[in-house]
Amino acid sequence: MKKKLNKNSLNGFINYGIILVVYLVLQFLIGGGMVSNSLQSLLVPACCYVVMAMSLNLTVGILGELSLGHAGFMSLGAFSGIVTSILLQSVLPAVPLRLAVSMAAGALAGGLGGVIVGVPVLRLRGDYLAIVTLAFGQIIKNIIMVLYVGVDGTGLHVALNSDRFILAEDGTTIIKGPMGAVGVTKLASFTAGFVLILITLLVVQNLVNSRAGRAIMALRDNRIAAESVGINVTKYKLMAFVISAALAGAAGALFGLNYSSTVASKFDFNTSILVLVFVVLGGLGSIRGSMIAAALLYVLPELLRSFDIAEYRMLIYAIILILVMLATNNPTLKNFFGSVFKKKKKPASRTSK
Amino acid sequence: MSFLNNVITGISLGSIYAIIALGYTMVYGIAKMLNFAHGDVIMVGAYMVFFAAGRFGLPSVVGVLLAVVVCTVLGVVIERLAYKPLRQAPSLAVLITAIGVSYFLQNGAQILWGAATKRFTPVVEGTLELVPGQLGISYVAILSVVCCIAVMAALTLFTTRTRMGKAMRACSEDKAAAQLMGINVDATISSTFAIGSALAAVAGVLMCSAYPVLSPTTGSMPGIRAFTAAVFGGIGSIPGALLGGILLGIIETFAKAYISTDLSDAVVFAVLIVVLLVKPTGLMGRYVPEKV
Amino acid sequence: MKKFLALLLAFVMTLALAACGGNDDNQNNNSSAPDGAQGDTQTPGNDQSGDAQTPGGSQPSGDAVTIKIGGIGPLTGDNAQYGTATYWGAEIAVEEINALNGPVRLEFNYQDDTGAADTAVSAYNTLKDWGAQVIYGCTTTTPCVAVASETYADRYFQLTPSASSPEVVNGKDNVFQMCFTDPYLGTAGADYLSENNLGTKYGVIYNNGDAYSTGIAEAFLEEAKAKGMEVVATQTYPDDTTTDYTVQLNACKDAGADVVFLPIYYTPASLILSQAKQMSYAPLFIGGDGMDGMLDMDGFDKSLAEGLLLMTPFSAGAEDERTKSFVEKYQADHGILPNQFAADGYDCMYAIYEACSQIDGLADMDHAQLCDALAALFGGGGFAVDGLTGSGMTWKDTGEISKSPLIFRVENGAYVGA
Repeated sequence: MKKKLNKNSLNGFINYGIILVVYLVLQFLIGGGMVSNSLQSLLVPACCYVVMAMSLNLTVGILGELSLGHAGFMSLGAFSGIVTSILLQSVLPAVPLRLAVSMAAGALAGGLGGVIVGVPVLRLRGDYLAIVTLAFGQIIKNIIMVLYVGVDGTGLHVALNSDRFILAEDGTTIIKGPMGAVGVTKLASFTAGFVLILITLLVVQNLVNSRAGRAIMALRDNRIAAESVGINVTKYKLMAFVISAALAGAAGALFGLNYSSTVASKFDFNTSILVLVFVVLGGLGSIRGSMIAAALLYVLPELLRSFDIAEYRMLIYAIILILVMLATNNPTLKNFFGSVFKKKKKPASRTSK
Repeated sequence: MSFLNNVITGISLGSIYAIIALGYTMVYGIAKMLNFAHGDVIMVGAYMVFFAAGRFGLPSVVGVLLAVVVCTVLGVVIERLAYKPLRQAPSLAVLITAIGVSYFLQNGAQILWGAATKRFTPVVEGTLELVPGQLGISYVAILSVVCCIAVMAALTLFTTRTRMGKAMRACSEDKAAAQLMGINVDATISSTFAIGSALAAVAGVLMCSAYPVLSPTTGSMPGIRAFTAAVFGGIGSIPGALLGGILLGIIETFAKAYISTDLSDAVVFAVLIVVLLVKPTGLMGRYVPEKV
Repeated sequence: MKKFLALLLAFVMTLALAACGGNDDNQNNNSSAPDGAQGDTQTPGNDQSGDAQTPGGSQPSGDAVTIKIGGIGPLTGDNAQYGTATYWGAEIAVEEINALNGPVRLEFNYQDDTGAADTAVSAYNTLKDWGAQVIYGCTTTTPCVAVASETYADRYFQLTPSASSPEVVNGKDNVFQMCFTDPYLGTAGADYLSENNLGTKYGVIYNNGDAYSTGIAEAFLEEAKAKGMEVVATQTYPDDTTTDYTVQLNACKDAGADVVFLPIYYTPASLILSQAKQMSYAPLFIGGDGMDGMLDMDGFDKSLAEGLLLMTPFSAGAEDERTKSFVEKYQADHGILPNQFAADGYDCMYAIYEACSQIDGLADMDHAQLCDALAALFGGGGFAVDGLTGSGMTWKDTGEISKSPLIFRVENGAYVGA
């Protein structure tokens, strides 16, 4: 038992180490002017997607439930983060503090969304659960699409329709229906992204290695057996789901505060799927895998620009995606690399049916 | 009158969802995989008819046959290259590959045929006037409802009466046991894809006849809707797919007409959630007790 | 398995990084690029052709200055048709300009933004790495707002062919539009309808998931209220993948609307027209510049659009020499007729070219100085350009363009001035 724990914490330290080294190396390179603008501009969104992937892994890999609406929580986080940052503009002039508070607000909004979605959803199983998460993603997108939020002397105004949205002359419109949030002050930075990844790592790894985490994984591996030894299904499922949603909300806030305009349609089904791709490619249940896969796959389509292939870019991305999936699941290759690296056999993690 | 109009609109829209959902549910119920590329096979089928009938002036029947053949071949090729090697892999791996195939088909179609929207020439045109000027039903809608029922009946007969169909059901119940009974599981799943893709071609023609625009992304949104309809009706249930599709169409139309066009999507999905909470295996899905 | 994956991805990464590095080299010492397009100042800046020696552009005139233009727009995804149009239109203009052998040459590099803000910002940064001096784009509003605030901070001059929201230029001295702003078009539509007494009851159907469509519709509704027009139905739909508009049309029909305003793109509009016909509802339909292109849709039944009014600055059927030659080239290259997106893109290149020709000391300017010079010229009011979408086009210092929309009526499958 003791040995096992040590292995777990060692694994955890390696993850922190990877993050720290990557961050320091990149900072050093940026300082030396050796990183291209395009790579630099990818750092913050890549951090967001890394956090998204890690948090989705909590639902899909650790809890074992397929979620197709993760982008919905990102959306909640993004817009509440933007609203918070604008509301606090005069109160909190210090950018890092305002960013931190906004990200906390994003996490709160995401977490609240997680509770609202999770309570009904987690009663369902398998693909039925997946379709309901998809449905919630669509509902969130649809509502934010027609949402008007503004602030004036009398306080915050929220309406679902431009007719009912009345703002005093000196008021500021924050979210303007389909136009989304425009004129957002860019607060996000690579360092903030780095800190967010560290926090996510801390939360996820501690959860996985805690009593609650073991209960969650027991639910994944055999729900009935877990239930019969007295594990509270709803409590632990909800716990994993809400934490996952909250982390997605924080990532969303960082993402929203990295661009001067954000629209709800950005966080659609395709974005949910994109994050799911990261998780599956990185390996279900593998936090490190999610990190690496998200960072590399987010950057990949951008790097394909260098080859001057314009219209063929996404086609090549699709082909790479299929080939990687085939290669990683090819028994011959697997055995070959298995013997090369002398990898110990791990019990295959259960996937959604 | 406007209520009747809305009912007709809902059924017309629903029949399109249903015909796509039928193809979806075939693959979904038997191979147990979410084939996200299904909507894009529909798009390819529609392009075939567009070129055959619209560009080369062939009769639409020939166009439809051509689309069915091309889609069947395409479905089998996709299955052979992308899905078959993953037979033993976790189902999520197959899901991601399906997404890759979907991107591939969309972007490939854009490179081959351009991004510009094309106007599809409907295979059937015109409206049956019930009350002139006030109430009418388009022939496409009638055709798609008829097709839905025919396809549903044929599939039901096929899966319950023929050897192949029974083999398919056996595979969907338990692959290993089916294998032991001497069923060639690989071949059975491949033929499921062939049938699903052929249905996709028919769905593509009907969809683009009802809503005559065509672009490389035409199939993706209806694909998701049809997936929703298939789950709504109960996964793997053939009559359920039909029922789910029609109901989804009617709910969507009513939400637009009587609640708000702004929030119609939210209303549709909210109804879906409520239904699934009351009936967790969909409208006609079977409850499979879990074994310990 | 995971290790293998990590290895594979690491390999891809290294490969790509190496390519990145390669690009940086190109930028510094003008060595040959993968396709010869990013070559030195001696080559005419034709983005795609490997055999870059275009006719008439074989010998550079001694003192020609090359301006690197970085274009951004969606080449893949749902909005690809609009992005490719702005790309191809601009491409033709660049070829023509370089064949002129004038004092300024253009080198053009167009990057895909998939219609999303985050991708657009990365595309912009890729172009910065390439050494772009002027930014051309984006095609759609949301990514354009995001890129505009970047160019504003970095001091790059930006001209967008088609991002029409006032937010694009709002508060930025370096961003200019080639298209009408949404509120302008909405107000113009309402004014035209009321001045010509074209209807008594009005209906509006718009895409409330799209900034362009909502922008026009809101301005239209406001102006209609001011003019005392009776708007009896305001209907929306959530995105352009919507296929069924019967409910919205029924609402207009039941309310007795005899004019229906459609500030939307031509794909959904074509569906609305055919569904209106199916339910035998025939009000007067009027649309904005997004509607241009409908008649040229492959396989479109032109009788559906009979009597349709649209406000657009461009008609592919215009008889003037310049339009004719543009349409001919576009059709030869891509097999389809250009729409106003392509024409706006074409005009953007000429506007940049003519403005650059008027600037002294162009050769020694970096992008920030060029930005200030161009912004002063465009915003000064004295600079006018003739193009396909208007003649004597000038800009306000806010970045908005001053040109008047032409109102066309579709008769016998062609535009006729209305």
